[in-house]
Amino acid sequence: MTENAKPKLAMYWASSCGGCEISVLNIHDKILVVDEVFDIAFFPCIADFKTKDVKGYPDGYIDVCLFNGAIRNSENEEMAHLLRQKSKVLVAYGSCSYEGCIPALSNLTTKRATLDTVFLENPSIDNPDNTLPQTSYKVPEGELDIPVFYHTVKSLDQVVDVDYYLPGCPPEPPQIWAVLEVIVSALLEGAPLPPKGSIVGARDVAVCEECPLEKHEKSITRFYRPYEITPEPGLCLLEQGIVCMGIATRAGCGALCPQVGMGCRGCYGPLGDVEDQGAKMLSAIASVIGVGDPSMEEDELEREIQAVVDTLPDPAGTFYRFSMAHSLLRRANVNGGNGKGEAK
Amino acid sequence: MNEQFEPVIVGFLCNWCSYRAADLAGTARIKYAPNMRTIRVMCSGRVDPQFVLKALREGADGVMIAGCHPGECHYVEGNIKTLRRFLLLKKMLKQLGVEDERIQLVWASASEGTILADAVDRMTEQVRALGPLNWQNTVLGGGNGQGQPAPIENTPVVEEV
Repeated sequence: MTENAKPKLAMYWASSCGGCEISVLNIHDKILVVDEVFDIAFFPCIADFKTKDVKGYPDGYIDVCLFNGAIRNSENEEMAHLLRQKSKVLVAYGSCSYEGCIPALSNLTTKRATLDTVFLENPSIDNPDNTLPQTSYKVPEGELDIPVFYHTVKSLDQVVDVDYYLPGCPPEPPQIWAVLEVIVSALLEGAPLPPKGSIVGARDVAVCEECPLEKHEKSITRFYRPYEITPEPGLCLLEQGIVCMGIATRAGCGALCPQVGMGCRGCYGPLGDVEDQGAKMLSAIASVIGVGDPSMEEDELEREIQAVVDTLPDPAGTFYRFSMAHSLLRRANVNGGNGKGEAK
Repeated sequence: MNEQFEPVIVGFLCNWCSYRAADLAGTARIKYAPNMRTIRVMCSGRVDPQFVLKALREGADGVMIAGCHPGECHYVEGNIKTLRRFLLLKKMLKQLGVEDERIQLVWASASEGTILADAVDRMTEQVRALGPLNWQNTVLGGGNGQGQPAPIENTPVVEEV
């Protein structure tokens, strides 16, 4: 690699699906501008770098590091510390590193239950010796080590200091470009950077603000799972009983999902001043349940409301789909026999 | 250990009924468990589920929400909203491994000091039987997230901007 004066860009994946990498490439021809402005210092998805290359850099050598993926195992955590040390600006890129995302849903169960499902119980598994991964194993050539699989998935800011958060699963191309533009102009022209800890590439209004569907007063007597109903076009999905997280989710995506009849999943995370997205969603959705009035007897009232609540089969998984690691409780207290959080 | 476990119960009492019920229990010198830490709210409908989760994470062993009987709410149907939230929250907390007894909803009007006192007594005994929750250390376990029994460190609470 030739030394030059270009700012250095790194992107690393921890526990992630690779979608964030693709989202960077998805900024289309602007990627050429990125290439023009930045020198890639580390980007395992698209270029051949090794960890030892990064270890060889002086501290703060990388100007901007886009870190995606949650902290799932010891390797993820080690890389987070390494990249923090070597980077001037560390961005938690995408929902996984910002707040845990899909990997953190396993916080509703145990490490053991997760491994059992993956290696022993899935119908497609062929594992007659019940082999589970070991952190170290002796082979004739020597001892092999693999990273330790953690019990609890964490977000990036729970292990290292993070400068900015770029939400989304994955972040939307115009937002990525807007953020890169700010960083580029800061690096090239000395323009001011946003304050540390900012959530960048998103707005501070709810998804509903960007959603063009027609909205009225909501009063829901039962909830539907996506396969149970064909949504009426043009009408607010939540009004039709489809769980749509738009009301408790930060805008910035352009309300893509609701516009095609799929309720917002909540990937842009909570709005400002909200600590726990799931709790806020729960609060909002419970408020629009349209049964029960003050004239009813107490047990009748409870029965009627419970019947509507029962049409929401998995509140924790639905409301915390993207934010489990960043929620107030962060994980389940596992005391059920099946390795799940189920209390008795 | 000889000492009996004394659960900490955070109680959100509505200004118009249940807080007055607690007041009445006091003036009437009703004897009941001192385990509830009272927080007065204007209406049980004011109790954001975040309050409950925060209480549980930060050391409470149980949370009681108390309000006016349905039909008697000072704000007509604030308590109906409470009930809707409560039933959904209870279902979600079950998935998170929090036992039903740790979160309770009680209706107690301003004249029902004994009902409130009985409810606090009953809940204290139920939570005592379940044992401490101690979310920060027992569930989060501190440290590297491997759930090792020994608390390694208390991860600082991350405040988003």
